[in-house]
Parts: sequence; C-alpha cells; structure tokens
Amino acid sequence: MQSQMIKSMVGPAFAAILIMCLLPVVLETYTLTLLVVYGMLGLSLGLIWGYGGILCFGQAAFFGLGAYSYAIAAINIGESTVPVFIGILVPAVVAFLLGAMMFYGRLADVYMGVITLVFTLILFRFMNSTAGPDFVIGKARLGGFNGIPGYQTLNVPGFPDEYIYGDALYYLAFSLLIVIYLLLRWFLKTSFGRTAIAIRENEERVELMGYDVRIRKTLLFSLGGGIAGLAGVLYANWAEIVTPGLFSLGQSAEIIIWCIVGGLGMLVGPIFGGMLIGLMKFLLGQQSMIDNTLILGLVLVLFVLFLPKGVVPTVSKWLPTGRTKSRKRRRKSQGRSRKSEA
Amino acid sequence: MDLAAVIFVETAYAIASLILVSMGLAVVFGMMRVINLAHGEFMMMGGYTTIVAVKAGINIYIAILIIAPFVVGIIGLVVERLVIRHLYGRLVDTMLATWGLSLFFVGIVTMIFGNTTTGISTPISGFQIGDYQINGYNFFIIVLVILLLIVMYALLKGTRLGLIARGTMQRSDIAAALGYDPERIYMLTFMAGSALSGLAGAVLAPLVGLVPTSGGAYIAKSFITVVAGGPSIITGLISSAASFGFINQVFTFGISPVVGEVALLVAAVILLRLMPQGITGRFFKGKL
Repeated sequence: MQSQMIKSMVGPAFAAILIMCLLPVVLETYTLTLLVVYGMLGLSLGLIWGYGGILCFGQAAFFGLGAYSYAIAAINIGESTVPVFIGILVPAVVAFLLGAMMFYGRLADVYMGVITLVFTLILFRFMNSTAGPDFVIGKARLGGFNGIPGYQTLNVPGFPDEYIYGDALYYLAFSLLIVIYLLLRWFLKTSFGRTAIAIRENEERVELMGYDVRIRKTLLFSLGGGIAGLAGVLYANWAEIVTPGLFSLGQSAEIIIWCIVGGLGMLVGPIFGGMLIGLMKFLLGQQSMIDNTLILGLVLVLFVLFLPKGVVPTVSKWLPTGRTKSRKRRRKSQGRSRKSEA
Repeated sequence: MDLAAVIFVETAYAIASLILVSMGLAVVFGMMRVINLAHGEFMMMGGYTTIVAVKAGINIYIAILIIAPFVVGIIGLVVERLVIRHLYGRLVDTMLATWGLSLFFVGIVTMIFGNTTTGISTPISGFQIGDYQINGYNFFIIVLVILLLIVMYALLKGTRLGLIARGTMQRSDIAAALGYDPERIYMLTFMAGSALSGLAGAVLAPLVGLVPTSGGAYIAKSFITVVAGGPSIITGLISSAASFGFINQVFTFGISPVVGEVALLVAAVILLRLMPQGITGRFFKGKL
C-alpha cells in the first residue's frame, strides 16, 4: 500500500518539476512567482471547499494574516527562518479557533459564509485604522493604510545576508507548492482524509457512524488556513510590502473564482485556476481598453452558468488517457450510488 | 439634554439607514432565498442614476424616489432573466454568480464614469439643537424608512398580490397548481427587490461621495443584517437592524467610529453563534 502510493506520486512529481523548469522559458520568473503564490492560495481553499465542503468567504484573511505575521516577526527578529514558521502557525491557529467556533456551533452554508466574511472585514477595518504610532508590535509599526514596508526578506536559514530572491524565490516557491501538493495527495488517502470527503458527501451519516465531525472539520479548516498563511509569507517576500488590501473582499472573491474556474473536488484544479486567472489579470493589466474587474466578473458569471465543474475536469474528460477513464468510471459509479440513495 | 437628543436622533438614524440599506436584499433573500451579492452595486447604480438625473436638471426628489428605483428595477429584471432564473434553489451558485455580476457592474461603471468621486449636495439643510448641529436629511431618511416599512407590510399582508407572492415563496408548486405562474412572480419579486436597492442607493447618494466601488461598503452590512434577521422579512429586518444600530452607536459615541464598526461586526458573529437561524428563527416565529 505504502509503496504503491509512493509509486503513484512519482509521475505527478516529475510532471510538476518539468513544468517548473519549463515555465521560465515563457514568462519572467518575477511574474511566475506571483502565479505560484496564487496557485498555492487557490489550493488552500480548494482543499477545504472541495474536500471538506466548507465554503470560506474569508480565505484572504488567512493569506493576509500569514503575510502580516511574517512581516512583523521579520522586523522584530531580523532573520527569516523563524518568521516563516510564525507566518504559517498564526493563521493556522486563528483558523482553528474560528473553525472551532463555527463547527461546534453547527453553523452551515450562508451563516458560515457571513461569519468568515465578517471576520475578514474586521481584520480589514482594523488594519486600515492602525496608522498611528500607538499601534506597534515589538519594533514593527502596523502602518494602517500604508502597510508595512522594509522588513527582512527570505534568507538562507542561519545567514541573514544571503537573500533568496528573483529566480531562487521562484524555484523555492514552486518546490514548496509541489511538496504541499504531494503531501495533500497523501493526506487525502489517509483515514482522516477519507473521512473528510465522507463528511462532505453526507455529514449526518458520518456522525452516526461514530466520527466526531466537528473536530475533523476544524482541523481541516486549520490546515487550509496554514497553507494560505504560507502563501501569504511567500507573497510578503515577493511584494516586499504588506498592506491591508490583502484582507479585502475582492481578494477573497478572487480565490473563490479561482476554485470555480479551475475545478473543485480535485487538487490540481484550484492551483491551475489561480495561475490561469493570475496570468489573465497580468495580461489584461497591460491594456487599458477594458476594465479588469469587468472581465473577471464576466468570467465568474459565465463559469457558474455554463461550466460549473471548472476547466480541469472538463478538459480531462476530453483526454482519453487511461487514468482519466478510470476516474470517470469511478465518478459514474459514484453518481449511480448517489442516485440509488435518493 | 441636548446631547441626549442628538444621540437619540443619531441612533434612530443609524437603525433607519441599516434598514434602508438591507431592505432590497431582505426582499430578495427573505422571499426567494437568493443571496444577491450584487446588491451593493445595485445601490451604487441607484446613486449614479440620481446624480446623472440631478445634473440633467431634474428635481432631486423625483430623481431619488422615482427615476432611480425605476432604472435599477429594470436592470434587476434583465439580470433575473439572464442569470438568476437559471440558478433558483442553488444557494451557493447564485451567490457566486451575483458576486461575478457585482464585479462586472463595478467594471462597467468605472469605464463610463471613471474612477473618481462624484456627488450632489443634500437638499435639506442642517439645524441646531442647543450646541449641536444635526443633519436635516437624516430626518428625511428616518421618515422614509418608516413609510417604506408600512407600505411593505401593507402590501404583503393586505393585498392579493402580496398573498400570491408569499404563497409562491412557500410552495411554488401549489401556487402553480392554482394557476399562478411562479416564474413571473419570482421575476417581479426580484425586480421589486432591485428597485428597493436602487432607492436606497439614491437616498444615500447625497450623503456620500460616490465611487464605482461604493457598493462594497454596503454589501457586507446588509448581508449581515439580513442573515442575522432570520426567516421573517420585516420583523427580522427591524429587530436585527435595531440591535446592530444600537450597538454601533453605543461604541461610536463611547470610543470611536472605527470601534463602532468593529463592534457591529463582532456582535454579528456572536449573535449568529448563539442563534444560528437568525433572530426570527428563535423569537417572533411565524411573523411576517
């Protein structure tokens, strides 16, 4: 079983590494790094939404928290290794607490949407109002609307002067994305991952089988928060400034759009969606004929109406390779069993 | 004494404006279970319609009370026919599609009017209470909201049209069996909701500097108010707006406006945690 799983991961890993090495031929690594960050952020929501059935309207909150925690810690410590972990840990813990509050209160759909949305708004409002000199954490001034510039960016662990930037940052970010992707593939095969999927399919039934749904959902939510936090850390290193805009509703909306466009219920989908929309925004940003938001909005509406499954599942349906066929068959049989339940 | 009067008026105004902002969404969500995340943009377009009409020389009250609701109602009708009608019963999908619509409208308005602030002055001047200045327009809003609530209640409870609408929302199949076309009723309800959003945006237009992204400021507040209100439309709206408006004002006067905003949001989280079905899910059950 274990060796089989490792074998099944070798293929995707090689494909991913190949993509990582080929992409710089087409685009600058500076742009690509941002796309990778978007991909990772998309993945974090894709995990909790696609596999846990938790639609979070505030994934940007964890992204922003990661970036801010990193920036604040980096200013205070002056070396980047510990801040990276802080940048992952803080959002994960916050997500755990928020998730516990929601899932132990048995909040679902709209109500959960409102809470996550409100949480993001609170952070946004708060960060915007921290302009004065009173708002200081250690040596770091929060800076309100202007954000925090000028913190120590990523360096080789132990050597504060050996910065990782440019091409190196891109390869590091992409490698991290691959590692997370493979870890999540493994994670979804474990009994915890399988239960999470079962909860998405039918929460009541899982509960009746004796599993504690609440703690499982909370942990999954926290995991998603941690990954979003890591994406935030990478973003902070790419942009070299963090601003309250990271917490904005627009940012949260975009992450949801990535998942819809890429395809839910799979790990590659949201990554692909994030990168694709990021690229589209980049290309659209070079012209000023049509407003950027207009096109993004149109894309979302059209996808919800005509392609609600997303690009990746639709495309892979057309590709007659062995693996997708078996997947299709599995999905078919799933559909049948679901129908027979009803 | 003067200060008490000012605080009282300000609190009443805060509650009234929350109700005003949420009304259109409440009709659409409360009756049709459709979350319209483009609600804020409908308001924004109501505001722009008013400003354009006033600048074209039309009387400001006609612009606010008639033209803006009419224009936005038509936009709502088009949106319903093109998008929403395919998505009834799919709560999350409607949310996403209307979110897309909201971005789309922001984009269009930015292209037409540019990313600059526009505004008109308020038609009613302020007056003194003791040492304090009060905005006279606030009274206009309070009175208007009370009137709107009464009209809404009368329409839903007293008229045949309201009865049919409420019946369709509860059991569309039975309504259809009795010979009423649910499609048309949904369409008209959505249109009415949009018109209310447009009216709200128009009424608030003289008070704010309008930019294409103004809608974002309203959507969260109205979303929270409506969802916290729960299943009953009017009672829910009043009760949640009253609690949030009160909390907001207490903290605004006590500490600062920013803390007031945050207090409102925190209150919403706590309220939903305690009453996951909203206020009227627990109290005032079965009221309209």
